Amino acid sequence: MNSIANRKAICDELMRLAENNRDIVVLCSDSRGSASLAPFAQQYPEQFVEVGIAEQNLVGIAAGLASCKKLPFVASPASFLSARGYEQIKVDVAYSNTNVKLIGISGGVSYGALGMSHHSLQDIAAIAAIPNTRVYLPSDRFQTAKLIRALAADEKNAYIRIGRNPVEDIYTEAHAPFVLDRANVIGSGADVLLVACGEMVRPSLDAAAILASEGVGAMVIDMYCVKPLDRETLLREASGKKLVVTVEEHCPTGGLGSMVAQVIAAEAPMRVINLTLPDSPVITGTSGEVFQYYGLDAAGIAKTALANMHA
Amino acid sequence: MQQQIPKEGMYIMISLQELKKRVWDLRKDTLDIVMSGGGGHIGGDMSMLEAIAYLYLCHMRLAPATASSPDRDRFVLSKGHSVEAYLAVLAEAGFLDKADVIENFQRFGSAYIGHPNNKLPGIEMNSGALGHGLPVAVGMALAGKMDRRDYRTYVIMGDGELAEGSVWEGAMAAGHYKLDRLCALIDRNHLQISGNTEDVMAQEKIADRFASFGWNVVAVPDGNDLDALAAAFDAAERCTGRPSLLIADTVKGYGSALMEGKAAWHHKVPTATQYQEIVQAFAQRKEAVQ
Repeated sequence: MNSIANRKAICDELMRLAENNRDIVVLCSDSRGSASLAPFAQQYPEQFVEVGIAEQNLVGIAAGLASCKKLPFVASPASFLSARGYEQIKVDVAYSNTNVKLIGISGGVSYGALGMSHHSLQDIAAIAAIPNTRVYLPSDRFQTAKLIRALAADEKNAYIRIGRNPVEDIYTEAHAPFVLDRANVIGSGADVLLVACGEMVRPSLDAAAILASEGVGAMVIDMYCVKPLDRETLLREASGKKLVVTVEEHCPTGGLGSMVAQVIAAEAPMRVINLTLPDSPVITGTSGEVFQYYGLDAAGIAKTALANMHA
Repeated sequence: MQQQIPKEGMYIMISLQELKKRVWDLRKDTLDIVMSGGGGHIGGDMSMLEAIAYLYLCHMRLAPATASSPDRDRFVLSKGHSVEAYLAVLAEAGFLDKADVIENFQRFGSAYIGHPNNKLPGIEMNSGALGHGLPVAVGMALAGKMDRRDYRTYVIMGDGELAEGSVWEGAMAAGHYKLDRLCALIDRNHLQISGNTEDVMAQEKIADRFASFGWNVVAVPDGNDLDALAAAFDAAERCTGRPSLLIADTVKGYGSALMEGKAAWHHKVPTATQYQEIVQAFAQRKEAVQ
């Protein structure tokens, strides 16, 4: 089991990038520890800005830095960054078109036992609803590193949501296919298409294995690019399948499932099931317990797929 | 006015004496923009007009030819609703075509919208939602500090705007990072859309509040007096180790007895008769300039 969390992969990648780029600036809101960015702050103190617990200020300052050609990476808990900093993301980042990379750490139900204040299950919908934004949920540490490298090289804003804990690898150091804004297709099952993002890719792959043992062929799309959604890959792979199941660590409204259903309904109508967390305060516990409770673990995903195959 | 070190093409050099007359023409331009667009925030335009005109036309290291220089001074209009005065000043500074602005303000699809639009030359950031300008300006000043550039960053806020919590987050960071090349000005006209600021949400002791956050506070007892503003901006430049705040005590709707000190003129559009009366008042005040 991999023990390196995606946040650590981000810090390593930013430190590699900062070595040759003095314009990279990391901003935290008393979150350098939870973002695993303390080593960056220590090694590049002149390229690190601490703003204290003040997410509006965090995003506003980053936008000001970006307007002066700095390359700010903001790292703050997803629940606070996406909600408390929302108007600044809308106006100072998206509307003013500043090149700010927003990293929502400990997203979804990473802080599962801490309650709804710390859950971030609306952030995909909230950020994606703003024009001129991009939303990414990388699935493992290798993809996370490649995503950060690709985003550092472009001049548009982005919101990247990651979880707190290490997730089992999807890819390997040697084999982590990555093209920005193109989803990865994993497996070749012909019956069910599982479309997942972030931490839900792993259980979706495991669900595909369960389904295979039941004689059902499943293919998984790692849709790390939720906005812009890779419509081409989605429609190509949905074609001919009996069912599409989306899997996400998000509320039922406005996330990956909504976006996938919207595209499929318009372009090639077929049955789409959205596996999400509920539209109610989520039960508290570890993220693993929460996923299992709501059927977002491998067994639950496989069960939903099987139940709806012939429905 | 402080003697500025000329950098080729970086300044618009209008004398303070000349500006004292020209602000009255700028008031008329602002009024024409409001009339043409059929809307705007004329009261706050008039209260801050001297401050913004002085910055763009006499003070800041910023001119159209060098507007993308990394060494240019930065400006953010945090009280973005006073955009009509801003557009008039940008046109006067040569960033925009005045006739084009007047003709197209708030027209369908126009870039001259009812708040600052950074697709226009001379405007760094979009604004309109209050409480955003100071944090953004802190970022600009921090970038200058990191890159060891000597440009200055200016931001104008409204007094009603001080109720936004993000203003204080920005104030805290500016003090913490000792951003002495950051200068904020509060257009203290004492009125907001619902009435007197002290009735809506008391803003007194602004000086003490900012001072306690580590700011150098400069009172400008008459914020529509160009000599007083020039002296205050110069005092801010001389201060080291702390950001500066100018509290400019202004008159909402300044320039015409019809509008002065009346909350109703926050966003009122004059009738044709009122327009004539206001224009006449501006002309008389211009003539009275020594």
